[in-house]
Amino acid sequence: MSAVIEHDNHEDHHHGPDKGLMRWVLTTNHKDIGTLYLWFSFIMFLTGGVFALVIRAELFQPGLQIVEPEFFIQMTTMHGLIMVFGAVMPAFVGLANWLVPMMVGAPDMALPRMNNFSFWILPFAFSMLLATFFMEGGAPNFGWTFYAPLSTEYAPPTVTYFIFGVHLMGASSIMGSINIIVTILNMRAPGLKLMQMPLFVWTWLITAYLLLAVMPVLAGVVTMMLMDIHFATAFFDAGGGGDPVLFQHVFWFFGHPEVYIMILPAFGIVSAIIPTFARKRLFGYASMVYATSAIAFLSFIVWAHHMFTAGIPITGEMYFMYATMLIAIPTGVKVFNWVATMWKGSMTFETPMLFSVAFVILFTIGGLSGLMLSIVPADFQYHDTYFVVAHFHYVLVPGAVFSIMAAVYYWLPKWTGNMYNEALGKTHFWLSFIGINVTFFPQHFTGLAGMPRRIPDYALQFADYNMISSCGAFLFGFSQILFLFIILQTIRGGKKATDQVWEGAHGLEWTIPSPAPYHSFSTPPKNLEEAHG
Amino acid sequence: MSEQSYEAYYVPHNSKLPIFASLGIFLTLFGIGSILNDMTAGVEHSAGTWVVLVGGLVLGFTLFYWFATVIEENQQKLYSDQMNRSYVWAMAWFIFSEVMFFMAFFGALFYVRFWVVGWLGGEGDRGPSDMLWPAYTPEWPLMSNPEADKFVGPAEVIPSLQLPLVNTMLLITSSFTVTIAHHAIKEGNRKKLINWLAATIALGLIFLVVQGYEYYHAYVDLGLTLASGIYGTTFFMLTGFHGAHVTIGTFMLIVMLGRALKGHFDADDCFGFEAASWYWHFVDVVWVGLFIFVYLLGGGPTGF
Repeated sequence: MSAVIEHDNHEDHHHGPDKGLMRWVLTTNHKDIGTLYLWFSFIMFLTGGVFALVIRAELFQPGLQIVEPEFFIQMTTMHGLIMVFGAVMPAFVGLANWLVPMMVGAPDMALPRMNNFSFWILPFAFSMLLATFFMEGGAPNFGWTFYAPLSTEYAPPTVTYFIFGVHLMGASSIMGSINIIVTILNMRAPGLKLMQMPLFVWTWLITAYLLLAVMPVLAGVVTMMLMDIHFATAFFDAGGGGDPVLFQHVFWFFGHPEVYIMILPAFGIVSAIIPTFARKRLFGYASMVYATSAIAFLSFIVWAHHMFTAGIPITGEMYFMYATMLIAIPTGVKVFNWVATMWKGSMTFETPMLFSVAFVILFTIGGLSGLMLSIVPADFQYHDTYFVVAHFHYVLVPGAVFSIMAAVYYWLPKWTGNMYNEALGKTHFWLSFIGINVTFFPQHFTGLAGMPRRIPDYALQFADYNMISSCGAFLFGFSQILFLFIILQTIRGGKKATDQVWEGAHGLEWTIPSPAPYHSFSTPPKNLEEAHG
Repeated sequence: MSEQSYEAYYVPHNSKLPIFASLGIFLTLFGIGSILNDMTAGVEHSAGTWVVLVGGLVLGFTLFYWFATVIEENQQKLYSDQMNRSYVWAMAWFIFSEVMFFMAFFGALFYVRFWVVGWLGGEGDRGPSDMLWPAYTPEWPLMSNPEADKFVGPAEVIPSLQLPLVNTMLLITSSFTVTIAHHAIKEGNRKKLINWLAATIALGLIFLVVQGYEYYHAYVDLGLTLASGIYGTTFFMLTGFHGAHVTIGTFMLIVMLGRALKGHFDADDCFGFEAASWYWHFVDVVWVGLFIFVYLLGGGPTGF
């Protein structure tokens, strides 16, 4: 008996995908939707990347050369929004769509139609956001953190479309998260216990929980903005008894869990790849699960470390400083577990492993600069400088983005049935690795020396480091064309992949053919001991 | 587990519903955005009205057809127990996300009330604001705002033990009546189900009428509006979003009543009803929170 009943409007009963464009518009298949998410996120990654290159081109030399300051701040704002909500988050949701049902032995996602809905909201949401460039007043210009009153009293009228765009993205994320949670809790192959799940599934379960907890809060804060702008409420206006700092509290109550939303699935990916290429089981599986949970819990109670200079009471600053430092403990558990997994392993360094090892090293650098930022008196110096920019780009680019690239190289043979070109993959890695470090490492120095973020011009003493930084950015940016080429080449052909693909790979997705059939597990898998990667 | 005992999981092949729903929700929000921008800019006859109309129709019809499809599939017994559990989990997590939405607004209320109002009066480290607005007195409800010309404070606020108490009793009673209706399904007593469900809907509608009257009274007689400073802001946003949720919940219950009249629901298969009743209980619990923190402990008069 098939576990999937194909409901078809036509009389002919077929199990494969439809032909043509409408396959992608109407699909309810988790693999198709995963592919849609991944391509969408790649387009957004390139779009946000172009914005970043505009920023770096302007900052190549001191003085104003290329763009007006008004446009520069629109670029920084949209670069952040597009990368966070358009590139990183949809990429992880795309990976979850492809992988979670295969990893837990499910026929598909729990709610397939809603899955399609979650995806197709996104192109509309980002069209609304990007359309603001062509409207009166220009695109949002208040930074991706859209602090009030910059985003209320002093905002261009397009802020209204920004608000509704955020509402749409939130609706997409909430429905996507519900789908992922329900799939994990309800669709596991019979007998597959929670503590047997691959860590990618675990980290996504916790990520989806975080999304459900904080995306409504984001919806709340943009609604408050909407009311302040159009209905004369006083949430963020001290003259009416409100407080602009209230905005920052509500925003960062969303924003801090949000940064873990962008990194926990990355932890899951790296925890799948390192054991494969070290040819050892993951060290400390249970502690990885508990550490992820601990990080998720702590993410709710540290938000005001983003606001040390906003004028919160000193006792509050002390509390948030120490609570923030606690995060280093579970994160350290993870880093040591990855290192212990590699210890005395039979390591090989294929492209996914290169990206993963780079992730462990460079994410740790980003984590440690985060620890520096958590120290209240030091933060008064670092706040709103390029040191902060360097910090969060180290956790997001060689962190989140590298993990996504690692995941693409690692699972692409399973998705397409073809091996990618290893030499080109390694070239892409080294160009990206060098590009990223050349871009962001100098920003630590300019930041510590006091160069403020989001400003199109700077003092002459920062010129050399900025020129180096811009060169790195262009290297990294153009390297991604190679990435696109490698993916297209692999889709079109190449050496046929085996079912297991990698000799050290464990997990249910490696037990099915490559490319994975349209419906992976019509009947539930029996070899559950394979599941735990 | 043998292959035979593994139940089929229903995966529809293709659906036109989501793309139309996406288009509908996009047009609706884009249109509302245009209307709001035109309103604030002082433009009359916003073109956004037409966009909202089209978007609302697309969204409304799509959602109607979507729910109808799901109900139809369920009636055809296409859904396994596992499928039904997916809906149960999904509804539970959806309500959790709704709770978090209200948390944002409750959080704003507590933060303003316990810290901001005092700080604006010069308490703590916030000395300078004392010099900005020397006439300002910190109190809750905040009757006179720091910038009193821009934000004209309310003359009075709603007393807690009059209409709000009535509304509390209405909603708490409705929680019981909807539970009785649920028991009626379990007993297979359709007449009882219909009567108690209708009673629940009536209570919800009366609540909305009372709330509407309270808003009218606040705006016309008391000068308590969205624009009357932070008290009016938090008051109307919290009770207003709750009222919107009561409206949605009542609508859900009306749909359930229609389904009950058509002979849907039996003791083993009534999650549509249960989902609506969960939502209704959630709305009730939020109201109890509102009654306690906005009205009863809200510092205003009791009215007794």
